[in-house]
Parts: sequence; structure tokens; C-alpha cells
Amino acid sequence: MNAWLRHLPVLPIVVPLITGALLLLFAESRRWPRLLITLIATVTQLAAAVTMIWLTTDSVPDVWSRGIGVYAIGGWQAPFGIVLVVDRLSALMIAVNVTLALAVTVYSIGRWDRMGVHYHSLLQFLLMGLNGAFLTGDLFNLFVFFEILLAASYALLLHGGGPQRTKMALHFIAVNLTAAFAFLIGVAMIYSVVGTLNMAEIAWKWRELPLEDRSIAQAGAAILGIAFLVKAAAFPLNFWLPGAYHAAGAPVAAIFTITTKVGVYAILRAGSLLEDASAPFGGAWLFYIALATMVIGIVGMLASRQLPRLVAFVVILSSGTILAAVGSGEPSMVAPALFYMLGSVFATAAFFMLTGMAERMRTAATDPGDRAATPPPTYTAFSVGEPPDPFAPDDEVGVALPAAMAFLGLAFVCCALLVTGMPPLAGFIAKFALVAAAIDALPSQGGWSREWLLIFVLIAGGLAGLIALMRVGMRLFWSTTGRQTPRLSITEAAPVAFLILMCLAITVAAGPTMTYLDSAAAGLADPQLYIHTVLNLTRGATP
Amino acid sequence: MEIVLTFAIGVLTASGVWLLLRPRTFQVIMGLSLLSYAVNLFIFCTGRLAVDAPPVIAGDGIVDPLQYADPVPQSLVLTAIVIGFATTALFLVVILAARGMTGTDHVDGQERDR
Repeated sequence: MNAWLRHLPVLPIVVPLITGALLLLFAESRRWPRLLITLIATVTQLAAAVTMIWLTTDSVPDVWSRGIGVYAIGGWQAPFGIVLVVDRLSALMIAVNVTLALAVTVYSIGRWDRMGVHYHSLLQFLLMGLNGAFLTGDLFNLFVFFEILLAASYALLLHGGGPQRTKMALHFIAVNLTAAFAFLIGVAMIYSVVGTLNMAEIAWKWRELPLEDRSIAQAGAAILGIAFLVKAAAFPLNFWLPGAYHAAGAPVAAIFTITTKVGVYAILRAGSLLEDASAPFGGAWLFYIALATMVIGIVGMLASRQLPRLVAFVVILSSGTILAAVGSGEPSMVAPALFYMLGSVFATAAFFMLTGMAERMRTAATDPGDRAATPPPTYTAFSVGEPPDPFAPDDEVGVALPAAMAFLGLAFVCCALLVTGMPPLAGFIAKFALVAAAIDALPSQGGWSREWLLIFVLIAGGLAGLIALMRVGMRLFWSTTGRQTPRLSITEAAPVAFLILMCLAITVAAGPTMTYLDSAAAGLADPQLYIHTVLNLTRGATP
Repeated sequence: MEIVLTFAIGVLTASGVWLLLRPRTFQVIMGLSLLSYAVNLFIFCTGRLAVDAPPVIAGDGIVDPLQYADPVPQSLVLTAIVIGFATTALFLVVILAARGMTGTDHVDGQERDR
């Protein structure tokens, strides 16, 4: 049993890879076998993720030592081979990711997986890239997984077709390709002086670098940071986000909420390992960049007229909040930031799915991205028959949900409470913990401190979100002109309810969740254990 | 040789960035291609420039590492080329689709009002 458990870390990469490839063998018309395979694969990954969380808490002491699992791919030990490393943070991120993917998969059954070809394959490849990015302990391998997830996300963004999506995908690809070049330059510069790509070994050798090499490595880390910040949607590198998320289909936008968190994760990981590295992993300016990101999110929320665009700015605001907490340099703020991330990922994803259903309340679709003038080009390209009309009224699978309006309204209120941080849901606990940690970090003799700035922007963000969402909500639910009651199927409503219930679960179990996150944050604050476990060193060794 | 390589990378990067900022999709993809060449050369030279030095160590016994080129940047370049090739091809398809759907090759899908 334990020998098998050792191979667990590779499962979240191998399972989606094989599943994605396997799904290509089934014709597009054979929906149910494909769906069954996808669901089995996603549930398997979820089981693997939950087991990994369980193992990192040291419940089974002889599998992984002190909560960190190292998997040497092909048996080549670090630093010669590529290793996968599971610690509490990466196990948690994978669990969040796969939970979200499960909800998105079920949501897509209703209509979205028929609006283009190979939807489920692409989703699995996206999962593979995300899981790999969370797991890998090698810098270049991180680049490869970034590219896998990006390639899948390009295709997913285009899913459904239409001029608006194509235009936004063009911008999205151009920005991300440029960021990929920055990533490569950063990796190459770090390799040229440190002589290794293993993240733990880079961290180990980092302090001992001679002075003339040090500046090159610092510059490399800074360029690498730019690539991460583009992914994390930090100001001023986030103008691609609202358009892309707005144009993307509802389930695609929902899964995209976690792809911005990959950038945040990479910054957290690199910032933890490279202790005295330059910006953005250290130094004050990540904090101010993050504050600017939050302000952009707030202004954008207030200026948005359509719900998807508004939620896209909520994603920017949540990215900014996490980065500000990380950039404040207070280790006590990392765990609340992670808690905030949990809540905000689930809530914004549920919000995007809700948006997809609320769109249908309007009698005339005005969104050019939604009503494609031409059929999705993939259908004609792969010649798999006529595309179904996704707007046909009876194009539903499963049982139609009674009291659709009541469900939509209730879900809207829950999501709004969650993303603005109003009591009693998880958003409030997260914001409360963040503000409490910021107040603790205030200088004891009083006076001005930049933590005040963070507290102020946090509360302003909540207020602005509430105003903006109330305005949109009133127009959406209370106006009687041009509205119809949409038919909701169970498969669409259940994932939204599931994600909101997940938020409710972490609200109720806030204590144990916070304990786990505290230990994850402690692991980030003291990277020596990570470095020594990966490199298999005895404590106290020097390079 | 270092000077020549440095200038090559610099010129490629400068032209790439300039083209990337142009409004036509064809210019953008040319810019991205030039940038990718520049980045590939840059990665390649992080292994130090060496002439007549094989990357694969042959034979047993004690070898002098100075006689060999660093194999890691070469393999990184190979990976970067493959990934860059694939994403550029994908980008090309999106550009063609955008051209067909919007009827213009402007990156915003419409000409700027003059």
C-alpha cells in the first residue's frame, strides 16, 4: 500500500494526460461514454488530491517525511532529474483546482460541451498543466506546464467561436506568448549563474552566489517575476483579463479563475524559496503594485455594466488582495490570504457559471460573443456534422429545475456576499482575518503605516463591490422588461450550488481549514525543510 | 564571437518588440517569431560559447568537463523551439480566423477612426 502511495504525486498529471488523449478516440457524437470517462478521471484526480492533503498532515508518517512528498520522475534524484514536490500548499491548490474542474465539467453537460469539438479533452489538458505547475519542483518544467495550460486555455477561450472570442483570444495569446518569452529569459539568466534548474537547489545555492553573479541572478528573478505577474493579472499587466474572461464561455471563464491563481502560486513559491531575492519576490513594490491592482479592480467593478465583465474585475480584485497580503512581507498575512483565495476562487467560479444562466434571462441576446454569426469553425473543420443550435429553447439535458428565478436570485445573493466579504459567509471570515492580521502588524507606537492603506483598500473594495453588484442585480432581477424565466437544468444549477456549498463548508469548518492553511504558510515561511527534503540533505549542510 | 552573438540577439529583440507593438496581425506574428529566435539564441548562449566541444560525454574514466559543452541549455532550446513553434502555429490560425471574421487585419478587429 505504502509503495503505491509513493507514486501518488504523479497521478494528477498522468490521469488527465491519458484521459485527454483517450477522449480523442471517441467520436464527437458518442457523448455519454466521453462524459463518463471525463467524470471518472476528474473524480480520480480529486481522490488523489484529497489523499495528498491527508498525507501532508503526517497522518501516515512512513510515506512522506514531515509532510513533504518528493517524487523523482524516472527514479532520477534531484538535482539531476525532474522532481515533483507535494507540500501543503501544492496539495491544497490541486484539490481546489480539481474540485472546480468537477463543477465545470458537470456544468458543461447542459450545453457548452456541444458548442465546439474536443471540449473535455481540452479541459483535461488544462487540468494537467495546472496540476503540473502546482506540483513541479523544476523551474523549466514549470515553464513547460505553463505552456501546456496556456495552449489548452487558448483553445478553450476560442470554444464556441464568434468574432468577439477570436479577437480576445488574439490579444490573450499575444500577451501570454510575450510573457512566455520573459519566463524563458528569466530561467536562462538564473541557469547561467546558478547552474541548475531545480528550484530547491537554486534556493540552496542562492545565498552563496558571488557578488558579480548575484546581480544577474537577481535580474533573472525579476524578469521571471514579470511572467508570473502577467499570469496573476497584476497591474499594469492585466488589461488582457476583463475582455478575455468576458468573451469566454461561462464554464471556461469559471475554470480560468484558477489560472490566475497559478501566477499567485508561482510568486508565493519563488518568494518563499528565494529568500533575499529582488522584486517582485521581495521588497516593497509588490505591495504597491498589488494595491494598484486592487484599485483597478474596484474602479472596473463600478464601471462595468455587464455582469461577466464585473466578475472579471472581481477576479482582478481578488488577485490584487492576495498579492497585497503576500507583498506586505508579514508572514502572518499569508494564511488569511490563502483562505481568501479558497473562498474567492469558488465564489467567482460560481459567479461566472451563474452569469451563463442569467444571460438567458434576457429575451434578446445582445452580446456579440454569445450569438455567433457563423457556426463554430471547429465543427466545419473537423467535419463532425452540423453544430447544434445552442440557443434552441429545448436544448437542455436532464430535468428542468423548478423555481429557476428563486434559485438564480439566491445564488446571486450568496455569490455577491462571498465576493464582497459581507457576513456571514467565507468572504467575511477571510477579510476579517486579513484585516485582523494587518492590524496586528501595525507599529505599536501608532502613526501612519502602509497596513492602513491595505485595510482601507480592502474595505473600499467590499463597498464598491456591493454597490456595483446591487446595481447589476437590480437591473437583472427586478426589471420586468425584456426578461423571461430561463429553463435551468439540474446539471447547470447543481455545480453552482455545489461551489457555494463548498464556500459554506469552509465557513463552517473555518477553524480546521485555518489550521491547515497556517501550517501551509509556515512551510512557506521556513523553506529550509522543503529544500532539505527535496535535495535529500541532512540539516545544517552548506553548499 | 560574443560580440556578434550579442548584436544578433539585440537586433532580433529590438525588431521583435517594435513589430509586436504594430497594429497589423502579420507584423505581430513576425515580431513574436523574431522574439522567439532572440530568446532561443539567448538561452543557447547561457551555456557559454564553445567551439568544437561536444555536449555528450563519451568514454569512461576521468573526463575534463572543460572539454565539453553544457548540454542543458541545448535541450532547453530544443524544448523552447518546439513549444514556440506550436504556439506560433496556433496563433497563426487564430489570426486567419480573426481576418476572416472581422474582414480586417487590425489587431482590434476594426480600423481606428481617423
